[in-house]
Amino acid sequence: MATFFGEVLSVFSRAVEDEEDDEEEEEEEDRDILRALEDKRQVRVRWSSPLSPGGGDRLPRCPHLLLAVGPTASRFVSVYLLSRGHWDTVGQVCLWNERTVGSEEAACVLHRDKDNNVLVCLVDCFVAEDQLFQWTEQVMGCVDTTGLQVTVLSDCPAAEYRTAEPLGAAPVLRSLHTTSHKEAPCCPPVELPNLVTGLPAAVLSFCQLHHISAVLYQSYSDERCPDSSSMEVFRPAVSRLANALGLDLSPNVDLLRKFISQASVQSNLYI
Amino acid sequence: MFVPSQKSPPDLKGFTLIMPVVAVGNVGQLAVDLIISTFNMDRVGHIHTDCLIPMAGSNPYSTGKEDADGVHTAAEVYISREMKLAVLQIRSPVIQKRTKKFRQVLVSWMKASGFSRTIVLSSSQAYQRDDRQLQGSPLRYLVTPSMLKLSEGALKELGWLEMEKVQAFPGLMDGNAEPRLYIPGGGITKGLYTDSCAEDLPLAVLLLFCSEGDNIPDAFTIINHLNSWLHLQDHPCEDPNKWKIPPSWTLMFGSSIPPAIF
Repeated sequence: MATFFGEVLSVFSRAVEDEEDDEEEEEEEDRDILRALEDKRQVRVRWSSPLSPGGGDRLPRCPHLLLAVGPTASRFVSVYLLSRGHWDTVGQVCLWNERTVGSEEAACVLHRDKDNNVLVCLVDCFVAEDQLFQWTEQVMGCVDTTGLQVTVLSDCPAAEYRTAEPLGAAPVLRSLHTTSHKEAPCCPPVELPNLVTGLPAAVLSFCQLHHISAVLYQSYSDERCPDSSSMEVFRPAVSRLANALGLDLSPNVDLLRKFISQASVQSNLYI
Repeated sequence: MFVPSQKSPPDLKGFTLIMPVVAVGNVGQLAVDLIISTFNMDRVGHIHTDCLIPMAGSNPYSTGKEDADGVHTAAEVYISREMKLAVLQIRSPVIQKRTKKFRQVLVSWMKASGFSRTIVLSSSQAYQRDDRQLQGSPLRYLVTPSMLKLSEGALKELGWLEMEKVQAFPGLMDGNAEPRLYIPGGGITKGLYTDSCAEDLPLAVLLLFCSEGDNIPDAFTIINHLNSWLHLQDHPCEDPNKWKIPPSWTLMFGSSIPPAIF
């Protein structure tokens, strides 16, 4: 796309895929293949044990849901929250798409603290556009949303944040919350014309429509791989929740060192 | 399905619905932004569907902190009761394999709401015009039979050009080939139009031949064209500032140039 200033921007096609005229003329074999592929792309929630004694399809009431979407956010939660205290793995959200490595499904693991106060879900895999809605409906459908507080942490490249003044080198945090969320967020809001996309958008939209209190904290960073400064930016976002629940937010240094060393080896082409 | 913002859904019977189709240049969506922003319309609900790519953001028409009203989603409905006007804004692409389902969602909602008429704002690729279309106005219209009954007189008076049907394979002499409706770059426009004909809905399509680029002038072209029919505003051509550009249109082509590169 050529802009007013003459530079050429490569933009995602603004949805000008025309409809197929011959939808009804597919061969039966093609239809079977498409159906099988559609079935393979279904999002499924698998629980470690039956959800409730009566065999119902909802988790026992848990007042907080914390979603960490993206490599930096998930590593932050692993290093700062899940590495301390007692957490149970209660299930996983399994999905497959064309970007899943290997033939096995990718899994987003669900953890719950021992006092049943907070359910944590780490999402470090790619969730395709056509799976976002289903992912959200499946997970939120298993949770009792009465009085639920949802916090979503997500990371994004700083280059995608549009602003009149440059953001600077350090990672920044921005927030977006539903109408039902009454507490003041701990950082400025996502300024216009910036948008939120992907799984955070799907979850926030669901919460807005269903009048659930939800807040998204999105970090914008220049770092290609998660490091301590890009993870540390999330700390204010969960400190209130951690204090309220008596959770320790100090980082597990060994785990942090392991994540950072993995990233630095991968990023060096010359060794 | 339609999810109202308040407990009770609004009564939209007899309202005129204006909606965009996600098409080349996003012209329809930009034009709808101008309508919502200019008339300060109220959000009354959302279309909740798995057919659109999810997106979320703050109020794109906000002028200050007091306007912050939670999360704005991919498909929202706004109304102006005084003007008996409803507007559906669609902010993200339709997932390709769900276009038919999305058309069904729209048609069902249009029927259930009881709109008196629906006007779809769309666009088509300028580079695929045939020889006739290269000359004259780049604006075209289409109407369903039931819309024609309502608006035949007005359309004759306006002297608008109806969208031409074209040969499937131009240049190939095939006497049996019927000219067909072809709207390249128009997204679901053709499908929505043919579905509305089949369902006997009063629907009109206004479309503009354009290319991808800075499509703000195209949005003004189509909105002024629509206004010459609906008279939403008086004499906007004399005062182009009468259409209020929303704050979400800032930095449309990216951030300012960082001084550090110099």
